[in-house]
Amino acid sequence: MIEFSAVHKRYPGGYEALKGVSFTVADAELLFVTGHSGAGKSTLLKLIPVIERVNSGSVMVNGQNVSAMAARAIPFLRRNIGQIFQDQKLLYDRSVFDNVILPLNVTGVHPKEGAKRARAALDKVGLLKREKSNPIALSGGEQQRLAIARAIVNRPSILIADEPTANLDSQYAGEIVDLFVDFNRVGVTVMIATHDEQVIARASAKATTRSLTLTQGVLAP
Amino acid sequence: MMAWLRLHSMAFAATIAKLARTPFASVLNILVIGVALALPAGAYTLLINLQEAARGVSSDPELSIFLALDAKKDDVAEIDKRLKAEPLVASATYKSREAAFAELKASPALGDVLAALNQNPLPDAFVVRLKMNAADALDRLATGMQAWPKVEHVQVDSAWVRRVAAALKLGQLSVLVLAALLSVALLAVTFNTIRLQILTQRDEIEVSKLLGATDGTIRRPFYYYGALLGLFGGATAALMVWGGISVMNAGVADLARTYASSFSLHMLATGDLLAILAFAASLGWLGAWLSVSRHLREFEPRN
Repeated sequence: MIEFSAVHKRYPGGYEALKGVSFTVADAELLFVTGHSGAGKSTLLKLIPVIERVNSGSVMVNGQNVSAMAARAIPFLRRNIGQIFQDQKLLYDRSVFDNVILPLNVTGVHPKEGAKRARAALDKVGLLKREKSNPIALSGGEQQRLAIARAIVNRPSILIADEPTANLDSQYAGEIVDLFVDFNRVGVTVMIATHDEQVIARASAKATTRSLTLTQGVLAP
Repeated sequence: MMAWLRLHSMAFAATIAKLARTPFASVLNILVIGVALALPAGAYTLLINLQEAARGVSSDPELSIFLALDAKKDDVAEIDKRLKAEPLVASATYKSREAAFAELKASPALGDVLAALNQNPLPDAFVVRLKMNAADALDRLATGMQAWPKVEHVQVDSAWVRRVAAALKLGQLSVLVLAALLSVALLAVTFNTIRLQILTQRDEIEVSKLLGATDGTIRRPFYYYGALLGLFGGATAALMVWGGISVMNAGVADLARTYASSFSLHMLATGDLLAILAFAASLGWLGAWLSVSRHLREFEPRN
């Protein structure tokens, strides 16, 4: 469960991204955060794995107040949150397989077990045959699926995605949405920031969804 | 616990792989550190050899005790007893005034002069060989003996012992200063190498942190890298010193032969070598630590 209470986030320089945002996400919910660019969607998502910290208010994740979390505890929080970044953050100096196994390597999972889980994740997104390729050789849709495989390889209970279908044509975007719906079906809490109405429509046709709309840092009623 | 060990072994393997991936840069770095360490290590080796040579020459310092002219047999026995009880004394030889007088009379140069004297002007004497050659202890001992009954004069020639000791001390200081200066160089080399690595691995570090890597996991490979760089540099320095000594020994042997001696330089003891390796590795680790602490801060979440 995720709970935002009166969250304010101001960036250095004075820009106020979030102005008193409060909401609750139930377990296994599929939630969309919509709004124009600059509305604060990315900022909102970044507060959950503590990539950014709040200026006031609190963010609770599974009963923990992560906004006040000690720096040394943050890595362990992040291992339970699958993240798909707006700029994907793939590593182009290594293979598809090595990108996916990275979250397991940094947590000391046995290499054999890690390889098994990495292949399972790649299989889930349909990239098993491309495991030896370099990510640069993948299409835009495939790169996004690779980013998703890396996010789920740790079997997180929360998945957050920032504009996962940006720059993808509608067919690729549809495949990505279906993946998120699948994860949600097996009990993963999914939060997706998007401004693409088609994405929300496609997901809503297959599962129960909810949308939050942000306007200049304020949640629409 | 297993995961922790695995993280360590993976970091170690990754470090070795990193060294091997850029062999040219690695070898250059190791050479720079090797040369920087070889200078003080070489100077230290020479100093140790000199110290040994000095000890060989001055192994048994002597002092002479001259008794008062009116000293009796009992007094001589008392001095003899005290000398035997003194732990720093290796041996003491008594030379009676009669024996000394007879010896002098027998010498052709002074024989006539002494024959003209109607009494023996020479005192009883002890020639004392000591177990140590520290100038300070020598002086203290001599002063103590001066106060013994019927001792007229204690003669000790400690000036040269002092000179040798002072020269060696100066040598030691120079080696220390040299070592300190070049340690700073070693620190700078590892600091900068690690800084460049962090810069080229920005993406990997950032992504790893976002995916839940602890600071320790991220720092560890850099620590290993710095320590290994230092260790290999230390080993290179030891090789250089060994090579230098081998080359110099041919010349030293020729020189020693003209003095009818078989003196030769020898390599540092195993303990010293291990100390140099450990020192180099710790310096590398320290350089890495400084660099990592300085440059990983920018990856922290902001307020």
